[in-house]
Amino acid sequence: MDLSIVWESLPRLFQGSLLTVEITALSVVIGLALAIPLAMMRLARNPFVWMPVYAYIFYFRGTPFIVQLFLIYYGSGQFRDALDAAGLWPFFREAYFCAVLALTLNTAAYTAEILRGAIQAVPHGEIEAARACGMSRALLYRRIILPKAFRLALPAYSNEVVFLLQTTSIVSIIALMDLTGVARVIIARSFEPYKLFLTAAVFYLVMTYAILFAFRKVEHWLSGHLRERPSAEKEAAAAAEAVALR
Amino acid sequence: MRKFFTALAAVAVIGLIAGAASAEIKKVRIGTEGAYPPFNYIDENGKLRGFDVEIAQALCDAMKAECEFVVQDWDGIIPGLLAKKYDAIIASMSITEERKKKVDFTDKYYNTPAKFVQRKGAGHKIILEDGVDTVADVSKVHLNKEGLKGKTIAVQRATIHENFLRDTLGDVVTIRAYATQDEANMDLVSGRVDLVLADSVALDDGFLKTEAGKDFEFVGPGFTDRKWFGDGAGIAVRKDDTELREALNKALKQILADGTYKKINDKYFDFDVYGG
Repeated sequence: MDLSIVWESLPRLFQGSLLTVEITALSVVIGLALAIPLAMMRLARNPFVWMPVYAYIFYFRGTPFIVQLFLIYYGSGQFRDALDAAGLWPFFREAYFCAVLALTLNTAAYTAEILRGAIQAVPHGEIEAARACGMSRALLYRRIILPKAFRLALPAYSNEVVFLLQTTSIVSIIALMDLTGVARVIIARSFEPYKLFLTAAVFYLVMTYAILFAFRKVEHWLSGHLRERPSAEKEAAAAAEAVALR
Repeated sequence: MRKFFTALAAVAVIGLIAGAASAEIKKVRIGTEGAYPPFNYIDENGKLRGFDVEIAQALCDAMKAECEFVVQDWDGIIPGLLAKKYDAIIASMSITEERKKKVDFTDKYYNTPAKFVQRKGAGHKIILEDGVDTVADVSKVHLNKEGLKGKTIAVQRATIHENFLRDTLGDVVTIRAYATQDEANMDLVSGRVDLVLADSVALDDGFLKTEAGKDFEFVGPGFTDRKWFGDGAGIAVRKDDTELREALNKALKQILADGTYKKINDKYFDFDVYGG
């Protein structure tokens, strides 16, 4: 099999991957920052607070990403005059901005829902204990509920980040040259879809592995208190052995 | 006795080959895009229509074969043919050297030039020469590289127009490649891009004559340079499918001669798309 086309395309595919990583990272960071207050609002008792958030989450979870992206990108094109008047058109003009906006809103909705579940899963006893210590609501959230909820949410959240990475492959429909977009441009002239999409798949696998690896490290770091400690007896035995050998 | 069987087997094999070669083509699966008005598009009732579709139907009638249409996105249309999802592509595909490396083409069934479109009065200048209607050799004119520098031009992905832009102006302009022509046109309307390059007839009927295209106009000459735009639109078949190619060529000659082609032509256009 002639693989020269793959070899020649590697630098361009790498360029495309950089854009993929960039928009994934931006959307993950902004999306997470949005998701924390959204999850808390979602749990509020006041219907004027939780209902709009509920509607937002329902919309973004209930529609395909490709539809969301089309609405934001081509939809904004229809309202150019209004956006111009509001000074927003320079943002919406850029496919890059539209892609990051759509991805951010999408992931924020999913992440808020993951966090909501995790906040609700914090054992009631821990909250009661904190209250008994006289913690204020803000302190309770900061010291007890959110740290615990993050640990609980982590496995589900790592899935969300991986899904988001895969979802970015759709942005090539608004003519962004991400990894998939570059692969398609090369295929347009070489007519070698299998070789190029397989190569792109390998790129995606490597990126996915990097995400999973990072999350494993974070999980390990956050769960130190759950692992077996090196016991005093074992340490003493080891020390005695060392002395005997000397 | 053995000789007799050998001879019998030989006769049988020859008979099979001859039989296969002369067998009539009964059913042809035709791949088309369905997003390139007026050549091929899906109407509001979800029916496939357009010039390509009617030509395809006429060719099948002439071959006395049954036609089945398969709709396929443009950038996967050649891979789909090679993967045998259908047997022929009738989708306004230009006959170019690049594509000939992968597929075979019939004779052309129409030929129209490529043109740029701009917002009315935008005043872009495509080539420096004045009064040129058609450019058959790009090396004989001067593209206005200085004036087009930094402009954004939209094309449909995997088209001869994309190739032409990348090769001739790729170093000075930003090229945005869209999955369908409609999306490229939409971004011209919204102002995200300055120019669109595509087939002049597709742009005229599919865009300029519609409500969305009323503020836009052609700019510059028509481009027909064979190096990129080939010999017009042909029907693509797999390289080993000589039989189908010949049958299609025969059918094409027939519909050109008996007036069927002209009837379809006149239904869609007020000029002759077959070209010189």
